[in-house]
Amino acid sequence: MEGLKRVSEYKWEMPIGFKPGMRVPGTIFADEELVELAGRDRALEQVANVALLPGIVFRSLAMPDIHWGYGFPIGGVAAFGGDGVVSPGGVGFDISCGVRLVKTNLTEGDVLPGLADLLAAMAANVPRGLGTRGRIHSPEAVLRNVFTGGAKAVVGMGFGREGDLEHAERGGVYENADPDAVSARAYERGKDQLGTLGSGNHFLEVQVVEKVFRGEVAREFGLFEGQVTVMIHSGSRGVGHQICTDYLQVMDRVVKRTGIELPDRQLACAPLGSQEAVEYMGAMACAGNYAVSNRQALMHWVRRAFERHFNSPERRLGMDLLFDVSHNIARMETHEVEGRRLEVCVHRKGATASFPAGHPEVPAAYALTGQPVIIPGDMGTNSYVLVGSHEAMKESFGSTCHGAGRTMSRSKAKKTIDGAELRARLKSRGILVVAGRDALLAEEAPEAYKDVTRVVDVCEGAGLSRKVAMLRPMGVIKG
Amino acid sequence: MKCRTIEHTADIGIEVEAGSLEELFAGAATGMFSLIVDPATVLPGTPRDVALEAGDLEELMFKWLNELLYLLGAEGLLLSRIRVHRIEGLRIVASVWGEPADPGRHQALEEIKAATYHDMRVEHREDGWFARVIFDV
Repeated sequence: MEGLKRVSEYKWEMPIGFKPGMRVPGTIFADEELVELAGRDRALEQVANVALLPGIVFRSLAMPDIHWGYGFPIGGVAAFGGDGVVSPGGVGFDISCGVRLVKTNLTEGDVLPGLADLLAAMAANVPRGLGTRGRIHSPEAVLRNVFTGGAKAVVGMGFGREGDLEHAERGGVYENADPDAVSARAYERGKDQLGTLGSGNHFLEVQVVEKVFRGEVAREFGLFEGQVTVMIHSGSRGVGHQICTDYLQVMDRVVKRTGIELPDRQLACAPLGSQEAVEYMGAMACAGNYAVSNRQALMHWVRRAFERHFNSPERRLGMDLLFDVSHNIARMETHEVEGRRLEVCVHRKGATASFPAGHPEVPAAYALTGQPVIIPGDMGTNSYVLVGSHEAMKESFGSTCHGAGRTMSRSKAKKTIDGAELRARLKSRGILVVAGRDALLAEEAPEAYKDVTRVVDVCEGAGLSRKVAMLRPMGVIKG
Repeated sequence: MKCRTIEHTADIGIEVEAGSLEELFAGAATGMFSLIVDPATVLPGTPRDVALEAGDLEELMFKWLNELLYLLGAEGLLLSRIRVHRIEGLRIVASVWGEPADPGRHQALEEIKAATYHDMRVEHREDGWFARVIFDV
């Protein structure tokens, strides 16, 4: 790849000279094919742009699913020290978009005969698409609780049970949330969207554990071959979109005032510790809590659908939460950087935390294994459960990939892929799809994405995470 | 006014050309809504007035498009008719017509999360005005 130097099988260095003004080098975790794909659009330029930001430490990093985003590349990870910044462009509009995986004690044979009915029951419970409202009305007082209390608040409202909170990042709650830093507009957009899926690449999926790679870890996670799982992929909905929009304008004024030079206005940022940065991080934590709450509410309605379909309480169906991860977030974390322990603001834009066994942020349930990392495949392809690693702490601020990563634009996918044909093709492979429009289906076709298996294999090769289980889709409800 | 969709790996963008700044902003808004829903299915109901101010033209475009997305996000308002009355200095005054989204009649083409600043252009060229906006989808 032009301008990059291969330093090992899965690691490419972007030297400081790649773009004038880079403060640190870049690292792209990829094999030859993935680095070539990254070089086709403007993703590499974005890795370099991030390296231009004030106070960046170590390196500007790109996970193997890197692709062209806005501001940061998708798959971008960067950390900023005390003289550094926080940037809404390093988090994105869908703040704390993420994935959770719900286990069952059902097998493929239990679910397959009535799968279409089960999907219909799930779809009926989960509003999606244009102008739909969620089943949970949340006026300001309720939203304030959700913004500060996260999944804990919605479990308190009856949407979940004990055991759920112990199986989410930080107990399902982002600390230091400041509901006063959230605009009236974000409150307005949030009042009817709790428990809604959204659209684009968001989905609910009924899956089966096709293959276990690490038996011991899988046992600790409660996963076994033939087991049915449900994956939920959604984010903070209008709340996150509004908070990002609001604070981009705030940061834009900070950039003008302080004279920070930026290669892309979407990278607008504020110095850590400044009032603007503190307020943004307080508002971002609110959106993070809304996102985790949204996935908690979605899980609740999925459980209800299973209960009705199987005429059995969800606990008896073994519907325990494996884990909930966010892949768009910035957080203060402690990392060892070039021999020094530093408090840094880690941005993960399309990247997942991959903390190892013994890491203080890993919940007790996974203290001996490391945290589960949930990687959604694109529609019709396999998803993965990985486990965090010690190498990730050294190489990538404890981060790994977040999915397959797009390789074909949405408009090209719509032009070249026939949605109805795709639906039939998936059906012939035993995958049922519930989606509003065939064109939307086409946009999310497997051929519009990189090969997720290659992506997780590169993560494993680079040591960023290790494979535990592969999940095969049985039925998908598209947002 | 001409509006076309441009390629972006993960998201979607539009490029608009127009004879005047007013047409350019109206064109960007109709271009954005035609990504969201087929405008022929949206009835122009009671007009809403929108007035915004910014520090430069790109910021005005960012605020204008995100203002309309706010109306969609908070009130479910789909728009099919946009009239920009005037842009004076860095202030836009407009009226917009549409109706609340009805899942029975309106099929979502795309959920636009926001208009981004990435690669944004609002500039005067020899043959008129030009804008480029990339949306987060």
